[in-house]
Amino acid sequence: MLEDKDRIFTNLYNDKGSDIDSAILRGDWSQTKEICLNGREWIINEIKKSELRGRGGAGFPTGLKWSFAPKELGSRPHYFVINADESEPGTCKDRDILRFEPHKLIEGCLIGSYAVNAHKCYIYIRGEYFNEGKNLQKAIDEAYKKNLIGKNASGTGWDLDIYIHYGAGAYICGEETALLESLEGNKGQPRLKPPFPALIGLYGCPTIVNNVETIAVIPTILKRGAKWFASLGKPKNTGTKIFCISGNVNNPCNVEEEMGVSLKELIENHAGGVIGGWDNLKAVIPGGSSMPLLPKDICEKLTMDFDSLVEQKSGLGTAGIVVINKDQDIIKCMARIARFYKHESCGQCTPCREGTGWMWRMLERMSKGEASKEEVDMLMDVTKQIEGHTICAFGEGSAWPVQGLLRHFKKEIEKRNNFDPLINKNKNIPYLVDQHLLEKENA
Amino acid sequence: MSIKKIFKNQPEKFEFDLSNKKLADRIINNYPSGKQKSAVMALLYIAQRQNQNWIPLSAMKYIAKYLNIPYIKVYEVATFYTMYNLSPVGEYFIQVCTTTPCMIRGAYKLVEACKEKISNKENEITKDGKCSWIEVECLGACVNAPMIQINENYFEDLDKEKIEKIIDQILKGQTPKPGSYRGRKNSEPENNRKTLMGDKNVRG
Repeated sequence: MLEDKDRIFTNLYNDKGSDIDSAILRGDWSQTKEICLNGREWIINEIKKSELRGRGGAGFPTGLKWSFAPKELGSRPHYFVINADESEPGTCKDRDILRFEPHKLIEGCLIGSYAVNAHKCYIYIRGEYFNEGKNLQKAIDEAYKKNLIGKNASGTGWDLDIYIHYGAGAYICGEETALLESLEGNKGQPRLKPPFPALIGLYGCPTIVNNVETIAVIPTILKRGAKWFASLGKPKNTGTKIFCISGNVNNPCNVEEEMGVSLKELIENHAGGVIGGWDNLKAVIPGGSSMPLLPKDICEKLTMDFDSLVEQKSGLGTAGIVVINKDQDIIKCMARIARFYKHESCGQCTPCREGTGWMWRMLERMSKGEASKEEVDMLMDVTKQIEGHTICAFGEGSAWPVQGLLRHFKKEIEKRNNFDPLINKNKNIPYLVDQHLLEKENA
Repeated sequence: MSIKKIFKNQPEKFEFDLSNKKLADRIINNYPSGKQKSAVMALLYIAQRQNQNWIPLSAMKYIAKYLNIPYIKVYEVATFYTMYNLSPVGEYFIQVCTTTPCMIRGAYKLVEACKEKISNKENEITKDGKCSWIEVECLGACVNAPMIQINENYFEDLDKEKIEKIIDQILKGQTPKPGSYRGRKNSEPENNRKTLMGDKNVRG
């Protein structure tokens, strides 16, 4: 277990208060000036050395991302944007940072903005987190008052303004380009990449977008040294991470642990074990709803870091662990996730707009045993039609959980949906082809 | 699901009141000059709050003029995002999260309670205008599941009995208390804390 002295979020449960005085006692806002005065290159190099990977789901190296911003401030201003649109089912870590550790985030905003030459920082919070946003605004006001941000922020000679922008209930705005569209006052539909936001982002200007947790750990990394951070976890999967353990466990909770901690330890030690005992475990979604679930036998020896989970054809994602025990109907659970994606698809790309509804309806029928034998394979094919054919990763996010279900629980679906189709169609005709075109030759 | 149907009885006029005008101008200033369109989401919220938690068409037109952007651009945003109510909702607007992490901890029992106590149908307001409910997607408090949101507040660690009590309070005209309904502290593992123990002891 990670020792308390190595924890970054020491106020994760709000034992000590989130106000600025308590935050300063915890070590926030110390050495901020010195860190910045070491220079941009030093900061970015130090983050690279710490091997910090983005905590928002994709796990992209943060130092590398920052280095993509133009080195010099040109005619266009730079922007630093924080993604606090946390809406991945199973994930609720950013909420606790906004509520209880806002100063870690704000200090990180200053260091990050300084490193990428931004004078303006926008924090995009999901609309439902109204109270969390209010708490963050209070913290921002406190920081302004102490001249920690604003003109000549913390005595660094750098001016920084931080603003909060509320979303309004669209999951897709967690995708960075959709988030930028939303910040510009449009409907949140992702942009084609390239160009990447680092060069053409908010208002067409260079923009760096980072997750809340990523930015909130940065001050501590720079204060305690990249070496310290890199010594935790595993190579290329360094540091600590807030894990959210929800679902069928005795004590669902958020907990900060070392990367590469074993899943069993998280569940048994921190979350009080699976309801009904470990043998009652059916499956675990390891990284928020977008990541394929893993059955019990894989969970036995699983370690929680980016690379080990990719090896198991899943992913760490946001580290939102949803534990599902044998009392649940696994097909129904995944059907509900499919409904989530159907509801949240922005509708821009056809494979996703149509496919998410298709997957949902098929899974609903499968949970009731109303699907025919061959539909099980058809469902896999639908996921393949979506995956890789959309502008943003939402397509993959909606298809992967269904693929995970088919990979590990196909037998269960087949057992429940075991009748021949009512009408035997000509099997040579691909079902996605427009039927009326088939009458014409060479169609 | 939230209703995106435009309400039949639309008020003819809408205007921000004085304090909201000030608030709107301050928010517009958060964005670079010429990029006032960015404020459209915030202004829609202001309109919604001023107008008993729903947005009439006249407010969209007013905001379009206020920001000097086409009306359709405001309409586009108001209809895209689910948190803008385009028809009236109850004074206490209950949103029940039923996405998988809440579902497997019994969220549909909460839906049952809403159906029994408020209305069989989503979005139907009680006669006294006090209450309406909808099912929503993940509200991001999964370790405190099952949970609901009432207006701006989260009510966590619920079960059927507890939500029934909350609804009863609302219908009686009382204001229920937000937070965990099992008395646990935020997102800590209840009675099973193994981390940050020193700090816990400080507070006793």
